[in-house]
Amino acid sequence: MNNKTSQRLGFSLLFMFTIITLFFLGAIIYFIVSRGVKVISWEFLTQFPRKGMTEGGVAPAIVGTLYLVLGSTIFSFPLGIACAIYLCEYSPKNYVVNIIRMSINNLAGVPSIVFGLFGLTVFVKFLGFGVSILSGSLTLGIMILPNIIATSQEALLAVPQSIREASLALGASHWQTIRRIVFPAALPGMLTGAILSIGRVAGETAPILFTAATFYTRFYPKSIFSEIMVLPYHIYALMTEGTHPHQQAEIAYGCALILLVMVLFVSGIAVIIRQRQRSGYVS
Amino acid sequence: MYRNGSIRFKDINFFYDKTHALKGITMDIAKNRVTAIIGPSGCGKSTFIRLINRMNELIPKSRLEGKIMLAGKDIYDANIDVVDVRRQIGMVFQKPNPFPKTILENISYGLKVNGIKDKAFIASKSEESLRKAALWDEVKDRLNDSALSLSGGQQQRLCIARCIAVEPEVILFDEPCASLDPISTAKIEELIIELKKSYTIIIVTHNMQQAARVSDFTAFFYLGELVEYDLTNVIFTKPSKKITEEYITGRFG
Repeated sequence: MNNKTSQRLGFSLLFMFTIITLFFLGAIIYFIVSRGVKVISWEFLTQFPRKGMTEGGVAPAIVGTLYLVLGSTIFSFPLGIACAIYLCEYSPKNYVVNIIRMSINNLAGVPSIVFGLFGLTVFVKFLGFGVSILSGSLTLGIMILPNIIATSQEALLAVPQSIREASLALGASHWQTIRRIVFPAALPGMLTGAILSIGRVAGETAPILFTAATFYTRFYPKSIFSEIMVLPYHIYALMTEGTHPHQQAEIAYGCALILLVMVLFVSGIAVIIRQRQRSGYVS
Repeated sequence: MYRNGSIRFKDINFFYDKTHALKGITMDIAKNRVTAIIGPSGCGKSTFIRLINRMNELIPKSRLEGKIMLAGKDIYDANIDVVDVRRQIGMVFQKPNPFPKTILENISYGLKVNGIKDKAFIASKSEESLRKAALWDEVKDRLNDSALSLSGGQQQRLCIARCIAVEPEVILFDEPCASLDPISTAKIEELIIELKKSYTIIIVTHNMQQAARVSDFTAFFYLGELVEYDLTNVIFTKPSKKITEEYITGRFG
């Protein structure tokens, strides 16, 4: 086989694999949209479920998901960024810090159900927060913390060393350099990371199974100690429990569509921020 | 005996971990003059000038022996704050490195971090610095544009303006024209000659003509040693060491 033929063959194979990947992606979207769109209506988005989950809407689940996203972000974003700044800009480069760094990376690989169990033991039982928005937010927050730290560290590392030096050479202290130069330059990258983890928070089921979610509630949450309905768990419940599997499945696909749109919307924002940042500085 | 802005190096040895980068350097640098540091890559030129504003301290496992005196004071003395040293000794880097902020914010940054809050003062100082850096006319209508929208040469002059806004006594130039076109280079060189009225200037350069054009004194470094240091026209017309002559005539380097 000569060079040209093998090159053509190589490209064709790569092209084919790309198409296969796109096919799966397209299939998922088609499948969810075609089955889910039937049940989407104003009522579906704004009403409580009725008649044993077979009619009405899923508004409390949407609201619950938003609360969890908000709660876990408020908790994990400042913590993760602070941690990343310390590790990147301040910490001495020794083995203790390396161990800390490795532990954080390993934390990212812990299965989410383990975080769920941890949340149940610590937040729900030990600290007595009960099955609630607070417990769920903290559990999800801890789960995404390693991602936020990792993306924040990447964002900090992407800030050119040369502008740190420029700042120090002007007589700025290390802290002023971080606060006024490095942090603002890294912020869009950090936000991108945080927003992408929001997508994960919205979609996770296992960590909230024991810490925040309930199958059915007749009220919107009153406080951070209320238990809530949440979209992914609602889908799970609709497909595994109840007495009208057919009608419930329809509603589950509707929920899946809403969840998909929410996550795509959030990822879209992240993409826009990232592009702004790219056009913002190339040096 | 020492005037402000004159610098004295005494028995300087500098190590990156186990690499002996500068070997036994003793020299005085004159106030309000341009001193060029020349030599082949890796001879310690940049290391040498980065000692003056203590930038090498950022490198782990580096070690300095000897003394560097600015206006009679040891700038590495334990009682001296590194931030004060850097305020007195400005630096312009090899690649233009404006902050990803507006032109005005770039200039005012040095003043603000040094605790100056008076807006009128900052505004007038910013204009004055931009004028001194021969950039004012080009940017006066776009002070709130991003500094990154400027051309490379303009960015470098902005970095010079940013540096003189904090009124240092010494300005270090680390190959300031390495990434610039000839016209921008000519502008920077004019500027350096103009600036020596007010500042002591040290410039590292790979460009022999540049050293000859802008400097009053030239120091030739080779393999971490100071080989020869004299008036620029002496170095370029009748150097006393053979290796200096070989370098400036382009036989190696």
